[in-house]
Amino acid sequence: MFIELEKRKEPSKAMLYLTPVLAVVATMVAGAIIFTLIGHDGLGAVRKIFLDPLLDTYKWQDLGVKAAPLILIGVGLAIGFKANVWNIGAEGQYVMGGLAGTGVALATWGMTGWWILPLMCIAGVAGGAAYAGIPAFLKTRFNVNEILSSLMLTYVAIQVLYYLMRGPWKDPDGFNFPQTRLFTDDQILPTVLTNTVVHLGVPLAFVVAIAAWFVMTRSVFGFQIRVVGAAPAAARYGGFNSKKTIWAALLAGGGLAGFAGILEAAGPFGQMVPQFPTGYGFTAIIVAFLGRLHPIGIVLAGIILAVTYVGGELAQSSIGLPGAATGVFQAMMLFFLLATDVLVKYRIKLASPAKAGDVA
Amino acid sequence: MTYSLLIPILMTIVGAATPILLAALGELVVEKSGVLNLGVEGMMLIGAVTGFAVTATTGSAPLGVIAAMIASAASAGLFGFLTLTLTANQVATGLALTIFGIGLSALAGEGYVGQTVDVFGSVFPASLSEHPTLRVIFGYSPLVYLSLALVAAVGWFLSRTRAGLILRAVGESDLSAHSIGYSVIGVRYMAVLFGGAMAGIAGCFYSLVLTPMWAEQLTAGRGWIALALVVFAGWRPVRLLLGAYLFGAVMTLELHAKAAGFSLVAPEFLAAMPYLATIAVLAAISARKTGMSLAPACLGKPFKPSS
Repeated sequence: MFIELEKRKEPSKAMLYLTPVLAVVATMVAGAIIFTLIGHDGLGAVRKIFLDPLLDTYKWQDLGVKAAPLILIGVGLAIGFKANVWNIGAEGQYVMGGLAGTGVALATWGMTGWWILPLMCIAGVAGGAAYAGIPAFLKTRFNVNEILSSLMLTYVAIQVLYYLMRGPWKDPDGFNFPQTRLFTDDQILPTVLTNTVVHLGVPLAFVVAIAAWFVMTRSVFGFQIRVVGAAPAAARYGGFNSKKTIWAALLAGGGLAGFAGILEAAGPFGQMVPQFPTGYGFTAIIVAFLGRLHPIGIVLAGIILAVTYVGGELAQSSIGLPGAATGVFQAMMLFFLLATDVLVKYRIKLASPAKAGDVA
Repeated sequence: MTYSLLIPILMTIVGAATPILLAALGELVVEKSGVLNLGVEGMMLIGAVTGFAVTATTGSAPLGVIAAMIASAASAGLFGFLTLTLTANQVATGLALTIFGIGLSALAGEGYVGQTVDVFGSVFPASLSEHPTLRVIFGYSPLVYLSLALVAAVGWFLSRTRAGLILRAVGESDLSAHSIGYSVIGVRYMAVLFGGAMAGIAGCFYSLVLTPMWAEQLTAGRGWIALALVVFAGWRPVRLLLGAYLFGAVMTLELHAKAAGFSLVAPEFLAAMPYLATIAVLAAISARKTGMSLAPACLGKPFKPSS
């Protein structure tokens, strides 16, 4: 049987919004089959990972906490991806943002005041943006591929973290554990709902997503990003500076990743530890695509990926599914999304072998 | 530097260089056909875990390597189906393949963490392979000699054979190649599968020769260095060889400095060295006017004949 693709006159809007849903459903079906085949309780795994976190209202707070960094980083990455700027080093920018904010926290340790937390956040954004500035500089000045440079810098950032934890920033009263002091009350994000773990960063992530939506749809900057990505030649003709776009895309992506970093450090972690990089920077790539590079879509995608994180932990503790299964489910989602992407631009027809001979 | 130290240092360089050379050689062929597969790291991990699991189960390292080639090529086939048949974005699909490979290898390898297998060592008699001096030539795994033979073979294939010419034509001008009757998609599928198989051998080199054991993310980003190496080499196999050994030297510096208790700089700085060196080299190469213009013209662009 041969598949024949027929180009649509215009990309299908319906398919654009339908395919992410299709990808999630396909992941659940394929996941159940695959995990059954390799000897796990496949159906149980899918129910634990995708449904239980949604059914258990007590788990909703965890969803918010996990979704917040994914949404922040995803929104930032999407700006770059739209402009064909492939920043895949968000994990490193997240670490650097967390470290920059931690630096402020350690410098102000023992002080009190409302200004400390905002200053930490500013440092976090600046740290992430500055770190993303390196690939931007290398790209605009030396034409270095930003995919490779931003990824290499992630490995470097993790070594910087290890160095600071082992040496200069180690808690002097910490029994030689490689971690910083615990942040003080003025350095910790307040919770916004009493008796939950939902910290201030969760509503902030939603606010940032909505702000990004307005910027991308209503401002010249947003228009420029979209034009440069969709039609580079037209953008040059229209006088848009592609170097400026590269800088803007990377700084936005790095700044938001850095913001996510300091919100995690000052939120769930409450200090800086070597285990700080948890892969949010990579998972956010999936979030950005699943959300169709649209801030509101990214909010939904961030929640879906948060479901898989929380559900993955549930499945690990209740039915003994290995922790690595979560990553497999998440990657499958991106595969299915990319596969179903074809439906947006093409109509699929089943053709007879004779007719489709040279296409296949 | 004393002579007794020189031999182990040279051998470490070869060990560090070989896997990135193998992976980069595969990616070079893929990119020459006009396809950018960023999934090298993921394919290497799939190869590493498959090779280890099969070797641990059957006791045969060659069988492990073959299984790794098949597994990694299969994952490359998935990439090919998405990007070539379904014309999905190559950058995004490559990233997905890496994320998938990290997760799948961790999942598949869970039962093998902590196990060991015999090193896939030299096939030469011990009088040569363990000779104090001659082991610098005879003391390696067969995969090392294979990697060198493959550099020559790929170089010859690309520049001297008709099939190599077609592959390059597909990468430089897909529409022309299509119009004179070559199957662009078919050629690219073959290249992508070859790249996968090579990444599989590269992955095995970590789990069967260098460590030899399985641990999550065993390859530690070396797949990305292999990708950078292809740019560094200007898409030429012989320069790939030089580049890989240069990187091998940088990585060896790290190991030996650490072992010698070299305390002037932090060990974390030494661990970051290969990545910093990669960035520096990329900057130096890309800044030259001819740098990126050596890239195959159709690199990363999807092909869809307007039938």
